[in-house]
Amino acid sequence: MGLRSMFRRSSKRGSASAAALLAPVARSDRFSASDLVSEATSDIGARPGRLVMTILGTVLGIGALVATWGFAQTASGQISSQFARASSTQVSITPETTSIGQEGASGAIGKIPWDAPERLERLAGVERAALISDIALDENAEITSVPLNDPSAASTAVPPVRAASAGLVEAVDGEMKTGRMFDEGHDSRGDRVAVLGARAADRLSISRVDNQPSVFIDGKAYAVIGILEQTQARAELQDGILIPAGAARTDFAVDRPAEAIARIAIGAGPQIAEQAPLALASDEPDSLQVRAPQARSELGAAVEGDVNLLFVIVGAVSLLAGGLGIANVTLLSVSERTGEIGLRRALGATRRQIAAQFTVESIVIGVLGGLIGAALGVLAVVGVSAVQQWTAVIDPLVAVAGVVVGALVGWVSGWYPARRASRIEPISALRSAG
Amino acid sequence: MTAPVVELRDVTRSFPGPPEVQALKAANLRIDRGEYVSIVGPSGSGKSTMLNILGLLDRPTVGEYLLAGESTGDLPDDERAAVRAQFIGFVFQSFHLMERRSVLENVLMPMTYSGVPRGERTARALEALERVGLGHRRGFFPGTLSGGERQRVAIARAVVSGPSLLLADEPTGSLDQRTSGEVMDLFEELNAAGLTLAIITHDQSVAERAARSLRISDGRLSEAA
Repeated sequence: MGLRSMFRRSSKRGSASAAALLAPVARSDRFSASDLVSEATSDIGARPGRLVMTILGTVLGIGALVATWGFAQTASGQISSQFARASSTQVSITPETTSIGQEGASGAIGKIPWDAPERLERLAGVERAALISDIALDENAEITSVPLNDPSAASTAVPPVRAASAGLVEAVDGEMKTGRMFDEGHDSRGDRVAVLGARAADRLSISRVDNQPSVFIDGKAYAVIGILEQTQARAELQDGILIPAGAARTDFAVDRPAEAIARIAIGAGPQIAEQAPLALASDEPDSLQVRAPQARSELGAAVEGDVNLLFVIVGAVSLLAGGLGIANVTLLSVSERTGEIGLRRALGATRRQIAAQFTVESIVIGVLGGLIGAALGVLAVVGVSAVQQWTAVIDPLVAVAGVVVGALVGWVSGWYPARRASRIEPISALRSAG
Repeated sequence: MTAPVVELRDVTRSFPGPPEVQALKAANLRIDRGEYVSIVGPSGSGKSTMLNILGLLDRPTVGEYLLAGESTGDLPDDERAAVRAQFIGFVFQSFHLMERRSVLENVLMPMTYSGVPRGERTARALEALERVGLGHRRGFFPGTLSGGERQRVAIARAVVSGPSLLLADEPTGSLDQRTSGEVMDLFEELNAAGLTLAIITHDQSVAERAARSLRISDGRLSEAA
């Protein structure tokens, strides 16, 4: 009894009989972390073929994840520079619409002022702004270049007519093929002048403006002063006819602009989106809807998102397979090495040391897989970028993270086999084997 | 007074059934320092339970096991492992050498667990190999050695940490008659140099070479001679 209570009192550092039995061992001579690592790693290369199969899944998984990350980084730079001109410099402001009545008809609840271009151009980042509105012509209205009443002619769809302000061509980054765009003077005087889109001009058989051709829009003569060549945005302008807003107000009763558009500096999108409604409708900024490019192009983000998701799934599945592979092979190696485990236990290894040995072994396998996978992933990004003449962008931390994930996979996969190894009973192991 | 190396007091080891099996029944045993004891018995007689208990690989259900005069019943697992590393050397029937490590590395391995000062390890391993007559084989791999040589490597490994007790479990079971003789001669030399030896075997001729022979039958231990 006295003996037993003595044992109990002899706190954490071993019991009394152990103290009497055991010679003290200097700290430097104990089973150290480096002993553990050398015991755990000395047999890893024993079966190279099996090692390759073991790490293959981890290599693929880490490789896919690192490559995904690299491709995403590379692609986001790539996509935004490709689509920059088309999508990252155009802002469109329209009135918010709401449905009115039960038929689902919708009406505008906001109003864009006629002086919107001036107001917008005062904002930092806006290079040129303009107004544009579709003009609804009568159902049987005709547009011709000669006032000819030919009842036998087949009726054709008329080209769309739009009321615009003077800055439109610059706002959409367009060029004139011939002639000129109308200016503020035409607009304020209500002059009947028109600028034709290139395809509309073809249809109306007008190819030059120096002979002062006219078009008849619903019977009213408009002098053609210019033909549009091409525009970077708003390709639909090619098919239509532009007239100054002043004339449109008198001739076609256009009472409010339908849309304000602006060309902005790259990257100014988010800020313009916030400021434009306040500039145009300071009393009711919510009544206007702004479509402005995101800091990174929306298109780029969408493409990137799809690609990323796919690769992340592929990577995760391969990692899972890789982890199961490591677990399986480590388990096999535990059962093959039952004798060795029993021997080590008999020679004085604790259960924890045995478990640690197999855990470290599978972590090392995981790290190997992570290293190879990360290297292959980076190579893939660099290789594909070289072939596609992209600029390869990859954060070095991604490769480091790949190795760390590999180690984690090894650790998790090694847990169960290590537990099994630590539970092997020495004598049964030593007697059965061999 | 020097305490005996091994003292078993009414040690019983039973395995819960059903039916409950008593593999060792109220065994009393005293092995003094420098003794050479053989424990002989047919298979299933309780030999391996005896080996487990003596080697601190199992605990008695009832009774007490004193090693060098100290009770071992209350030692936690990790300390039993440490006591095994410092006090007990094991030799097995099937050698259990690590095939992918050289003879020298095999002999070095137990010292990582027993805490022999690092600077002395290689010298001690070489000395142990000289003692078993295999100094010239230090760089060989176990696969290239004969059975007798392998068992001698295993014996070098068992004695390298300087144990107080050497437990041999059927040490000649995998060897032919001539090499068995060599191994038994080696045991006698080690015993003559002061090592306490307990050999567990079913082979009567091996058992007879020990100074003292015990018989185990159906879990009961008795002096044979």
